[in-house]
Amino acid sequence: MTSYKNMPIGGRALQPGKSEEVETGDWRSFRPVVDPELCIDCMSCWIYCPDSAVIVKDNKMIGFKMTHCKGCGICAKACPKKAITMVEE
Amino acid sequence: MADLAINGDSAIALAWKQIDPDVCAAYPITPQTIIVERFSDYVADGEVNTNFVCVESEHSALTLCTASSSAGARTFTATASQGLAYMWEMLPITSAMRTPVVMAVANRALSGPININNDHSDAMAARDCGWVMIFAENVQEAYDNAVMAPRIAEHHDVQLPIMTNIDGFILTHAVERMTPLDSKDVKSFVGDFKPLYPLLDWKNPVTHGVMDGPEYYYKHKYQMVEAMENAIKVTEKVFKDFKKISGREYRLVEEYMCDDAEFVAVVLGSSYGTMKAVVDELRAEGKKVGAIMPRLYRPWPDKHMTAALKGKKAVAVLDKHAPIGAYGALYADVCTSLIDMKDAPAAYNYIYGLGGKDATAKDFRTIFEDMLAGKAAKYTFMGVDE
Repeated sequence: MTSYKNMPIGGRALQPGKSEEVETGDWRSFRPVVDPELCIDCMSCWIYCPDSAVIVKDNKMIGFKMTHCKGCGICAKACPKKAITMVEE
Repeated sequence: MADLAINGDSAIALAWKQIDPDVCAAYPITPQTIIVERFSDYVADGEVNTNFVCVESEHSALTLCTASSSAGARTFTATASQGLAYMWEMLPITSAMRTPVVMAVANRALSGPININNDHSDAMAARDCGWVMIFAENVQEAYDNAVMAPRIAEHHDVQLPIMTNIDGFILTHAVERMTPLDSKDVKSFVGDFKPLYPLLDWKNPVTHGVMDGPEYYYKHKYQMVEAMENAIKVTEKVFKDFKKISGREYRLVEEYMCDDAEFVAVVLGSSYGTMKAVVDELRAEGKKVGAIMPRLYRPWPDKHMTAALKGKKAVAVLDKHAPIGAYGALYADVCTSLIDMKDAPAAYNYIYGLGGKDATAKDFRTIFEDMLAGKAAKYTFMGVDE
């Protein structure tokens, strides 16, 4: 762990994007599962995800980042094709 | 500058005018109101460049101060009693965000029962919030502390907010003779505010006030503990530098006639003056007594207090607040400084002056008489009619 001496005072974050490095998806009770057959890559899930848990590559939705997903289910609600289902962990 | 006949609040406002802070949040509350009122005159008359913000509550006042200090602005405010209580939620946030806000507190009793007179229940309830706390005996010291406060708070080894306390009405409203400094001396003494990682540094974007997990929270608290400890040395240095421009010498723990004293009384604020008069009276009668005031209250000047109390027979600690169900806070602090002392003096706690109840020289004399006669008790709630 970082020494307290090397930490910026006052809980200041000196570089942007630091939240990517912190795993926050370990208290989920449901996980989203996408059916690639139904997905049309409309990006609704990516837009609505309150975290950064939807992985997009080359304009394609390719899955979820489980280290950040809290299992809120918003993606499943937002999906116009009902391609996402919430499965109990 | 020529001497002035001035009350404590106006003296603080004068110091602020000479410092010319970037931002001042103002919400009126007796007995502090004169500070922001006088200061608003300076703003209206164009004598300062301060952004003067009239907020809708004390909670907003301190929130604004914390934010503007984060942005990189030297920020002042003032409050008292219920106002300080209303700020409470923000007090530990201001310190944890390491924003060196300067706040004058005109010490006043906390309601209830409803009371607007002087005691220390407001400051003492806020004493463990990570703020540096300094007390004044008279109007001169109220002014001097106001000049020194930003230097202590903004020092990069400290970076914590500071409360400059003065006794409500006794000092805030009473007119005393006071020697101010030249404005240019104040300006160069205080210097520029050099914030660490300010939000308005566009070239180096940072985030303030992030969520802290247990591991980081724990370390950030320890950083504050170290910073508070650093405030001891920094304050001593600031006192030393202040003597050069003012000729006035201050110590973290003030001692009066203590060298050969056997019985001493520890007291905070304006009562220290009364206590010194009582010491003079008893000294004239051949009694070996002395008075002590911890000018710096947070961080607690532990080693200095231990040194001041070494070799004494007994010490009376006067608390102008009453934690219901515990001893006075000042007494508890003094006792921690006696813990590792061999043949430590007996320590007695006296609660006095709550809600503006007069604390006279005659009252204080009885404390020494108790100790001299070996009749002092561990806890005495002074002057309650049976």
